Amino acid sequence: MTVYVFIVLQALVVMAGTAVIGLVTCWIDRKVTARIQMRVGPPFLQPFYDIAKLMIKETCIPEGAPRAVFLSAPLVGLAGVTLASLALWRALIDPDPAHSFIGDLIVVMYLLALPAVAVIIGAFVSRNPLASLGGSREMKLMMSYELPLILAVLVPVIRAHSIRLGALMAEPAVFHASGVIALLVAILCMQAKLTLVPFDSPEAETELAGGAYIEYSGPPLAVYKLTRAMMLFTMPVFLIAVFWGGIGGMAVPLWSGILFGVLKYVALVVVVVLIRNTAPRVRIDQATKFFWGPVTVAALAAVALALMGM
Amino acid sequence: MSFAIQALTRSLNVFHCAGSVCNNCDIEILDALTPRYDLERFGIVLVGSVRHADVILLSGVFNKKSAVRVKTIYEQAPKPVVVIAIGACACTGNVFRQSYNWDEPVGRYIPIDAYLPGCPPKPEAMISAVVKLIAKLRAT
Repeated sequence: MTVYVFIVLQALVVMAGTAVIGLVTCWIDRKVTARIQMRVGPPFLQPFYDIAKLMIKETCIPEGAPRAVFLSAPLVGLAGVTLASLALWRALIDPDPAHSFIGDLIVVMYLLALPAVAVIIGAFVSRNPLASLGGSREMKLMMSYELPLILAVLVPVIRAHSIRLGALMAEPAVFHASGVIALLVAILCMQAKLTLVPFDSPEAETELAGGAYIEYSGPPLAVYKLTRAMMLFTMPVFLIAVFWGGIGGMAVPLWSGILFGVLKYVALVVVVVLIRNTAPRVRIDQATKFFWGPVTVAALAAVALALMGM
Repeated sequence: MSFAIQALTRSLNVFHCAGSVCNNCDIEILDALTPRYDLERFGIVLVGSVRHADVILLSGVFNKKSAVRVKTIYEQAPKPVVVIAIGACACTGNVFRQSYNWDEPVGRYIPIDAYLPGCPPKPEAMISAVVKLIAKLRAT
């Protein structure tokens, strides 16, 4: 009984920590964007004010929409990203193989697909043609980027001969050619998973008037925005754990592991923000051709190199 | 000052609702949202859906057809929401008062919290109106 209470407490602490770091990363994104556009940008607490403001707004449910599904769709995404970040935090802090289970990599990848599914469900249940357009684009995008992402994650698995996150972190794949190509492919897939420009056509603000989120208001919209912020933290950390060696585990002193971990995280976030600010939005068919074309070919090349031992 | 007013005035999502505009006021609203005036440093962000809106900016002379529709849009906005009428047309009808398809000022259809005359008003005037509105909200 106390074990379950302990696990629930861990999940709550992880959710609070991931939410805070995710919202700070949101602020970093908006501030860097503002600086690139030669303006000042929002104050540090702005993402927190946005979530607080949404909690005091009224929740409007469209006429004819099923209430239970409409209100619980955002929670599915929040649950997915919370559990995935719980597994990632545990793997980072304690990579000892005795404390994890085989296949925790697969569990994390499966859970990280839930936020996109939650957006799709919410979009289709909104009874709005613009929302269903946004939902269908999110479905197409999801089908496009999942394939090269799984191929890219195969590369460290082949190199380490294991699907345990702790084993992947012990031998970072990024020090080999196949790992570098796989990391670049994964960065592009991360850009699409976070629905950031150039792949944010599901949520095209000016084209689709809000797209998949058009009918959401108040606390459910706050849950969606919080899920996006937490994904902005969880995805780079997932990439660091799988490709870049996590925080070094038991091989390096703790302070150096944490310092380099933070530097790797900041580097990935800066890459994401720079791509976001220098690229135009692409059409959904262009995005699909891009992911099933050059990106999948690059991922297959990385897998071939990994199988050959490079 | 209650937590609700604090949170609302620090993060204002602006929705632009145009009813038969000549687009001059729209151009000036667009100017106010450009990097030169940088309203994002006050937490002000333009949104595409009225369900995400905290401030509805009305521009244009709302004739008989669009005045009926702006009521629907106001009811779709989640409360609390404030409405600002931008430009002389939205305030009083301006030069179109005698027109065949103009009935009443849009303030008779939905409650307006701030009137901003001008044809078109400068972006500085818009910022001044938002500042005065925020002060009025915080004083309640």
